[in-house]
Amino acid sequence: MILKQLSVFLENKPGTLSAPCRALADAGVNIQTFALADTQKFGILRLVVHEWEKARRVLLEGGWTVKVTDVVAIEVSDTPGGLASLFEVFERASINVEYMYPFTAKQEGKGLMLFRFDDPDAAVKALQANKVSVVGTVELFKRLGN
Amino acid sequence: MSKNYQPGPFHPASAMDYLPLSQLRDLQFQRLRAMVQRAYDRVGLFRQRMDARSLKPAHLETLDDIAKLPFTVKTDLRDTYPFGLFASPLAEIVRFHASTGTTGKPIVVAYTQEDLNDWAQVMLRSFAACGVHRGDIVHNAYGYGLFTGGLGAHYGAEALGASVIPISGGNTDRQVMVLRDFGATAICCTPSYFLHLIERAAGMGVNFKDLPLRAGIFGAEPWTESMRQRIEAESGIKAYDIYGLSEIIGPGVAMECLHQAGPHIFEDMFYPEIIDPETCELLSDGSEGELVLTTLCKRAMPMIRYRTRDITSLNSEPCACGRTLRRIRRIGRRSDDMLIIRGVNVYPSQIESALLAVEGAQPHYQIVVDRQRGLDVLEVQVEVTAELFSDTVGGLEKLQAKLSRSVESVTGLRAEVRLVAPHTLQRSEGKAKRVIDKRKM
Repeated sequence: MILKQLSVFLENKPGTLSAPCRALADAGVNIQTFALADTQKFGILRLVVHEWEKARRVLLEGGWTVKVTDVVAIEVSDTPGGLASLFEVFERASINVEYMYPFTAKQEGKGLMLFRFDDPDAAVKALQANKVSVVGTVELFKRLGN
Repeated sequence: MSKNYQPGPFHPASAMDYLPLSQLRDLQFQRLRAMVQRAYDRVGLFRQRMDARSLKPAHLETLDDIAKLPFTVKTDLRDTYPFGLFASPLAEIVRFHASTGTTGKPIVVAYTQEDLNDWAQVMLRSFAACGVHRGDIVHNAYGYGLFTGGLGAHYGAEALGASVIPISGGNTDRQVMVLRDFGATAICCTPSYFLHLIERAAGMGVNFKDLPLRAGIFGAEPWTESMRQRIEAESGIKAYDIYGLSEIIGPGVAMECLHQAGPHIFEDMFYPEIIDPETCELLSDGSEGELVLTTLCKRAMPMIRYRTRDITSLNSEPCACGRTLRRIRRIGRRSDDMLIIRGVNVYPSQIESALLAVEGAQPHYQIVVDRQRGLDVLEVQVEVTAELFSDTVGGLEKLQAKLSRSVESVTGLRAEVRLVAPHTLQRSEGKAKRVIDKRKM
């Protein structure tokens, strides 16, 4: 149920964003979704790719600092209140979200969100107990067409 | 001194500035012999080094024989930390000062009461040399504390009979208010801090040209002739260069006279030589090299041929003021990698050890010193390695703060830590370029 996400340290200056993406492209790695956390001086590029080990190697060889983080993909109803209901589950189960970002793929009126929890394993357990649909790696990449 | 005494432009203590050369050299030699004897008798390091050369104090027969004596270097102070070079028992020591060393351990210096009196005298002569006298109000913005600048200037100005404002460093707005309201006529601080004061004052609607301030005694960091011109043009005061270092006594080793033609060394107290920093060969007056100083009167902590690492030359040409004391040319660079930032001595190795004290940190860093709005700014760029990289912004900001705190605790200077991508810092010939000094002086 746990997905691997790659985080790349970037300085906040022109040109730093294209280079890692180009390196991944040259290696034939497709980025499924990404998010950029930025401050005035630095940023963190977060990526979900199918072959994360290969992508990690490509980035390390290119000289980037990369960290692998456990994240969780969750199905969210694409209707008013879909997110609100999900967050209410988090609150009830005392799950802490560090950050989140969406996938662009949508299926049967459901969207996919990616969450970084402070304790991913505990979160998955609590979410399943609350009947929240957590999407595993195999299912995820099937949906994404890989 | 009678109450009717009217201070004139000449202070009696300055008489030593004008000794005929033959008398001055004779005095230097007599004092050198006595000082070397004391150092030999009381300080193990000096005795071992002289014994290694089969040299006895009695072998000094002329002043030129000083060249036979071994050099003393900064690491000698570190290696004997804290009290190993003292020539007086602790009971006779009445004051300590300390400055930063190369590895985070400070360099400790000590003074007997006689040393403090001597120091006050050379500082008094420094003030008098640039026309500051009894009746002047001296705004002393050198930091008070372990740094020699604050108390050194303070006791000298008091011995002179001037009215001292012991404001110390920091709180610039208050400094401007006090300068304006107390009507100081002289100021002591680093030249870069004075530029900062001028700028802040302008923001507060205070123009230094409207104040009674007329003289600045600027030192503790290298500065240039163009900085002097800028200070004088923007503030309407005269800017004088003072030189000193804790290992010798503190400020008051050399001071410019009204002619502003390079600091005169108080040679009756400190004997100067210039050497080639590579070969240690003695150079003649006028040649550029490293300044070496020998204390002629210090009791608690005599220094024999101390290598200052400051690059300058000795000027023996007569000065228009009539002083017989030789002058040093303005010090612009050093023969080691020491940086002087806001008057504080900093070695790159100190910053390195501060960074390494943070868990996971690697020695991939670069120090960038710049001058913004007249004030030195220290930035430390640190490469983010896998060990340091945390996936959250908060984690990286915490890391920045931790590194910054560590640098501040070791150097005493606030540093802006900037996280940079790996392998982005300049490397030359495989060796990292550690320091980029962008200050235009």
